[in-house]
Amino acid sequence: MSATEIASTAPNKQGYRSFGLGAFHFSRDEYFVHIDWPTGKHVLSADVFLRALQRDVAWDFFYGTVNFDAVFGTVNHYGTVDMFAGRFNEAYRKAELDHTENFDTTDIRETFKAMLEDWTNQGFDPFASPEETDKPFGVKDGSNTAAITRRRVAAQRMVGVPGDEQIRTDATHPINRMFADVAQDEPELYPEPGFEDEVCAYSLFAYLSRSDVTWNPSVVSVCKASLYCPTTEEYILPIFHGNDRVEWFVQLSDEITWEVQDRDTGSPRAKVTMRAGDVAAMPGDIRHQGYSPKRSMLLVWENASPELPELIRTGQASVYPVDF
Amino acid sequence: MPSTSYTTEFGSLNAFAKGGIEIIDDNPKNYAFSNIFEVAGSSRPWEKVAVGKNMEYVLEVIRAEGTSEWRTCAHDEFPLVMDGEVTIELVRLERPAVPADKAGSVRLAGEPVGARMGRMVLRRGHQALLPAHTAYRITATAPSVVLLQTIFGDDTVERWADICLS
Ligand SMILES: [Fe+2]
Repeated sequence: MSATEIASTAPNKQGYRSFGLGAFHFSRDEYFVHIDWPTGKHVLSADVFLRALQRDVAWDFFYGTVNFDAVFGTVNHYGTVDMFAGRFNEAYRKAELDHTENFDTTDIRETFKAMLEDWTNQGFDPFASPEETDKPFGVKDGSNTAAITRRRVAAQRMVGVPGDEQIRTDATHPINRMFADVAQDEPELYPEPGFEDEVCAYSLFAYLSRSDVTWNPSVVSVCKASLYCPTTEEYILPIFHGNDRVEWFVQLSDEITWEVQDRDTGSPRAKVTMRAGDVAAMPGDIRHQGYSPKRSMLLVWENASPELPELIRTGQASVYPVDF
Repeated sequence: MPSTSYTTEFGSLNAFAKGGIEIIDDNPKNYAFSNIFEVAGSSRPWEKVAVGKNMEYVLEVIRAEGTSEWRTCAHDEFPLVMDGEVTIELVRLERPAVPADKAGSVRLAGEPVGARMGRMVLRRGHQALLPAHTAYRITATAPSVVLLQTIFGDDTVERWADICLS
């Protein structure tokens, strides 16, 4: 199958096309998304599904597993992607109702993008907090292409460095209502003549106060494979992220509570409450979902080294952050 | 009438409220949970205490107080000021003081030899670039807190058992 051949039907009574990929079939109505596969079927709120789908598309399947809920999701193999139902759900596994198929990343990406485009109505922004967007429900009502195809911000060295990602200003990124009190002063730079391009600093907190998306890590600084991927969080992370490596969080402002479950079974393991200044690791054998009552600033710190999943699989790297 | 004005909490050396872990079926050590301000509060000035580690990469908490030694590094590093105010001076070293594959920063003996690049004054929330093969020196007139994105080096301090919830 090539990227241009997306299997879809004509619009249904509610105006939405249905999509197929492998033996999976997807359709939506006014409130719900329906998924079926050879051994079962599943229903999710269109709200939950579209917010999760948006992250999966925007992050190009991210690191490890993106669980849309306790049943459906994707696993990134960096070149191919597994789409699964019930695979990380103990009861589905026992009942042998789980199903997994592997696709070239291009094929699943294009199908997911087409589904996101067709099922997102005008006025609904899957990246926005629920307070900042219209509802996703109802019959087909236009589209919101600009919101769902935002350019992914990814600094090559650091935000503010000449030629790299630039700081945000009122012209394009007004300060978020929940960050109205965040100081907007920028660093004072005194470069000597000739070093104007090499004496670089910016206000990360001001930059984040102007983010127009939630739960969307984007790279601001790069030390080889060490990536600072801060993000602003409000309401609930639309996915349960299943780790294929250790991931670290630095809570820069306010508070998030993480619900942590076993990655493979979904069994609860811990609740981690992080407040400003707290640092914690998410082990490589869990899945996690965050709750942020007020918009907060979270620094997600990733090691993007492509060898890590294999090192963990072969026991050369631990799923735990440090030994003490 | 309920309020819709918001206060953003950043925490500081003198005022922070650490969160915690409610264990259901796990070991708290698996989360290596610490607090930057608490670590800085119990650190000597300029000590580089790891609060995050992923293979060779680390996040170091540095209590900035007074004037640091001159240091240099073969790769870029990125300080983020979490509390207070620091001034960073940069010098373009005439000759690199460390081999290209050296991980983490090293202390320079004496004054750096090279062109002065300038200085930066950073306050809370500001992130800076310390370019590879420059020399840098940090000053802070009042105790301040820096989080440094770098690689595990000769002077990285690990005291996980002291700083992490267990
Ligand atoms: Fe995550």
